[in-house]
Amino acid sequence: MDCENCGEKATVHFTQLVDGQMKKMSLCEACAEKKGILDLDGFGLADAVMGPSALSPASGQQDTCPVCGFTRQKFQQVGRLGCSHCYQIFPDELDSRLPNMHRGVIHKGRMPVGARGGELLQARLMRLKGELEEMIGKEKFEEAARLRDEILELEKEEELAK
Amino acid sequence: MMRFKTLLKHPADWMSGGKGDGSSVVVTSRVRLARNIEAKPFPGWADKSNRIDVLNSVRPAVEGLSEMKDAFSQSLDELTSVQKQVLVERHLISREQAARGEGSATIVNRKQTYSFMVNEEDHLRMQAIRSGLKIREAHEGLVKIEDKLSESLPLAFDTRLGYLTACPTNVGTGMRASAMLHLPGLVLSDEAGPTLQGVARMRFAVRGFFGEGTESLGNLFQISNQSTLGESEDEIITRLERVIGDVETYELNARQRLVEKDPDMILDRVGRAYGVLKYSYTIASKEALNLLSLLRLGAELGLFEDDGVLRTCDLLLMDIQPAHLQLHAGRKLDAGLRDAIRAEIIRGRLQSLQPPAIGKLKPDNGGYPGERDHE
Ligand SMILES: [Zn+2]
Ligand SMILES: [Zn+2]
Repeated sequence: MDCENCGEKATVHFTQLVDGQMKKMSLCEACAEKKGILDLDGFGLADAVMGPSALSPASGQQDTCPVCGFTRQKFQQVGRLGCSHCYQIFPDELDSRLPNMHRGVIHKGRMPVGARGGELLQARLMRLKGELEEMIGKEKFEEAARLRDEILELEKEEELAK
Repeated sequence: MMRFKTLLKHPADWMSGGKGDGSSVVVTSRVRLARNIEAKPFPGWADKSNRIDVLNSVRPAVEGLSEMKDAFSQSLDELTSVQKQVLVERHLISREQAARGEGSATIVNRKQTYSFMVNEEDHLRMQAIRSGLKIREAHEGLVKIEDKLSESLPLAFDTRLGYLTACPTNVGTGMRASAMLHLPGLVLSDEAGPTLQGVARMRFAVRGFFGEGTESLGNLFQISNQSTLGESEDEIITRLERVIGDVETYELNARQRLVEKDPDMILDRVGRAYGVLKYSYTIASKEALNLLSLLRLGAELGLFEDDGVLRTCDLLLMDIQPAHLQLHAGRKLDAGLRDAIRAEIIRGRLQSLQPPAIGKLKPDNGGYPGERDHE
């Protein structure tokens, strides 16, 4: 695919909100940089490309948990989940509810013995930023948006903890 | 495993409160942790075989804990409705758990300080109860237990959302910490409403301890955390302890003001409570709870010589509940008979209690304000 600006080989692909419409864009690295979209650490790119409303969460969602068979509709009816795996299947449903229920959206408490010695906040941030870059590279923008929100939340938590 | 009858013959450790460590505004502290097994359907969505499957892995793990030596352990379908109701009245199981049958179980230690519900809303809910303000101690006890359990049970946990629960209102720490407070001073001075509304605005849940919803009998109120995500257990407990400390101070101040401004009213209320409780032959639950609250207030203000009054009151609060009465009588009782047996039990317990010593409210002049003028 060619750059929409200059016709060179495009290496940067992203989705942009133009007049309320989602539009796929492809640019070469030079043009992307000129437009201020490309940032060397990769994280700025995500920021520039994805405003909070730039992504529609509607497509590609699963409506049934493969582990327990619980459905999105059922959750909307009863407000409870079918199994622990459901948390990964209906994250959008939870993201809209959790902030009204709790004082934060990131767990800061204890861990079970098996999970301990695992990741601390800093390590988690590094990992998530890496995953974010990867998702953008694969044009998985919904996941990228979620990762981005998670990173922002973690950075807020980190600020508070200082 | 211990038999249910043996267990309930003895009052729970935490029920005999008022052990004299400071004020007794905080009657009991409770902490509950909700935990689940990874990738197994939650009890509300599981079919019977799923539930039995979980029960068969969780129950032996709990029974094997050193804290649960000689514990009482029973499947819910093996309990009579009165037995279940007694456990509910003691706050050892929830109403929701009492409604369940095969595939759900309850395990309670001998002192009744730890209780476990298997397959209630979550696979495992573990609870610690202590008398007085001991939320932190109660939590520490549960933490030790959970560490042991998590060696054999794969607990559902996510590094972002914490412990995963059937209802997202419990996700994160899965912890509900609460204290039961006795607030007769605030109620008598019409300040309980505004004080507790203030507590609720700080996103704590406030409920009457007995009775449904906001109705409060015996001037007993329960304050608990609502948010379980975004704060550590320590932060939640610290915030809760702070608000409980504030309410305790307001209560003690309200009592102080009542004693200073209207000692006659306090004496009259405590004296009448004493009279009715000691000499009635039939008494409904609501009246009894409210009068026991006044008797307890009298004890806390030092109006009784007998220092066992607090304990007597706290034990009676449980023993006069409907299912406890039926357990005591060994059969189903209609409301009229319950009221008669309730009065009989109370009369028996208060038999040797001397009337309130009126002079204690005014130690300076040994009587009412103005009494000295007549001498
Ligand atoms: Zn270009
Ligand atoms: Zn599921």
